[in-house]
Amino acid sequence: MAILEVTGLSKHFGDLEVIRGISFSLEKGESLAIIGSSGSGKTTLLRCLNGLETPDTGTIRVSGSTVFDADAPRVKGAQARANQLHFGLVFQSFNLFPQYTALGNVMLAAELLAKEQPDYKANKKRILEEIRERGRAVLDSVGLAAKADNYPHQLSGGQQQRVAIARALMLEPDILCFDEPTSALDPELTGEVLNVIRGLADRDTTMVIVTHEMQFARQVADNVLFMDGGVIVEYGKAEEVIGNPHEERTRQFLERYSNG
Amino acid sequence: MSSTPVDVVLSRLLEGFVLNLQIFVVTLVGSLPLGLIIMFGSRSRLGFRVFGRKFCPIRLLTRGFVWIIRGTPLMLQLIFVFYGPGLMGLTPIKSRVTATLITFIINYAAYFSEIFRGGIDSIPRGQYEAGQVLGMTKPQVFFKVVLLQVIKRVTPSVGNEVITLVKDTSLSRIISVTEILFVADNYTRQGLLWPLFTTAAFFLLFNGLVTLALGRIERKMDYFRA
Repeated sequence: MAILEVTGLSKHFGDLEVIRGISFSLEKGESLAIIGSSGSGKTTLLRCLNGLETPDTGTIRVSGSTVFDADAPRVKGAQARANQLHFGLVFQSFNLFPQYTALGNVMLAAELLAKEQPDYKANKKRILEEIRERGRAVLDSVGLAAKADNYPHQLSGGQQQRVAIARALMLEPDILCFDEPTSALDPELTGEVLNVIRGLADRDTTMVIVTHEMQFARQVADNVLFMDGGVIVEYGKAEEVIGNPHEERTRQFLERYSNG
Repeated sequence: MSSTPVDVVLSRLLEGFVLNLQIFVVTLVGSLPLGLIIMFGSRSRLGFRVFGRKFCPIRLLTRGFVWIIRGTPLMLQLIFVFYGPGLMGLTPIKSRVTATLITFIINYAAYFSEIFRGGIDSIPRGQYEAGQVLGMTKPQVFFKVVLLQVIKRVTPSVGNEVITLVKDTSLSRIISVTEILFVADNYTRQGLLWPLFTTAAFFLLFNGLVTLALGRIERKMDYFRA
């Protein structure tokens, strides 16, 4: 069974239909790259998955259970937040919390969630210690154990984005989403971030990656989805879609891309 | 005209200044939280649609109120609060200091609310979104993520207001509160100039301390950029 099933997802802003009836599914451990020119709706799709936009139509199911249904009454409060946590999101502009250290950024949400546990008061010390341990381990996994006590402004853009990845990983989402994770970085800093994502793919992390890095998408993603004008134009194996596109629109897009 | 001994003048001035300091402290303690509440009012989106246009009554009322408070002289507001109720057949406020405190707290809260509003509006949307995708509740995002960044951003503007407030406490002499300038002015009318300079010295000294304290607060938040 697919870990993620999206059916008939649409979203409009004013008169503009940004995504129109998007359907796709994702297997556990699969990484999917979404490509397309700006304005094609890829970021909106990702924001719909992560609850930052409310789709007008369609459903989102994770591991068989519905987390969003446009026809059902809107889920609110704790349940909405629980649905949210199936997904993790890494933003283009990192959005780290400036007043917390790298480790603090990674730990904050986990600490707040722990406070909602019934046994929190009794085992506070042990629980916080566990979160700290786990936070350090996650930071270590993105190669930033040594920067745990640094504040975001003391880190390079690449390091900040790796902290942001660690922050998302900390909550162990079923599906980790990336919204153009390297677009705000200097070219020489993209490599370290892409390597972290590559490492996650090697460990079979389920991921949806909106990206403009075609080479990277081809190497790392299992499947690629090409969007244009709010619809899926082409979907298939990464090697196929990027190496040998069937659709004319995909071909044109990739050509424009390789010509810069 | 009888000449007054220096130590008597000094102790009268000091008594006056204690009143200034009391007004200052109580106004600050009252207006900062009230400013926060007014700010929430002026950002309220609670409302209804009429012919496709959205009306937010709380926002409209709050912004109208802030417009009136910021648009009229503080001195006029003092006179109105102290003499107004009695002239309108309501129960007058007996204490001049109480009338001063009420006026100052409301007036400063209006200014603070606008400073806070600017501070909150300046926090990038990404900070809220990052909190949201990490499963935080709205109050958690506000208190754990946004608030400290807002405080850091508004501290210089709030500091400006605080220093103005120290001096504004002297406006209360318009309703005959015997604060330091009221006392000094009386001596000036008797031909004594030096109490005016002493008064200036009191204000300078105290505002010097306030400036140092504000600097400390800003330095405390130097560890991060926002």
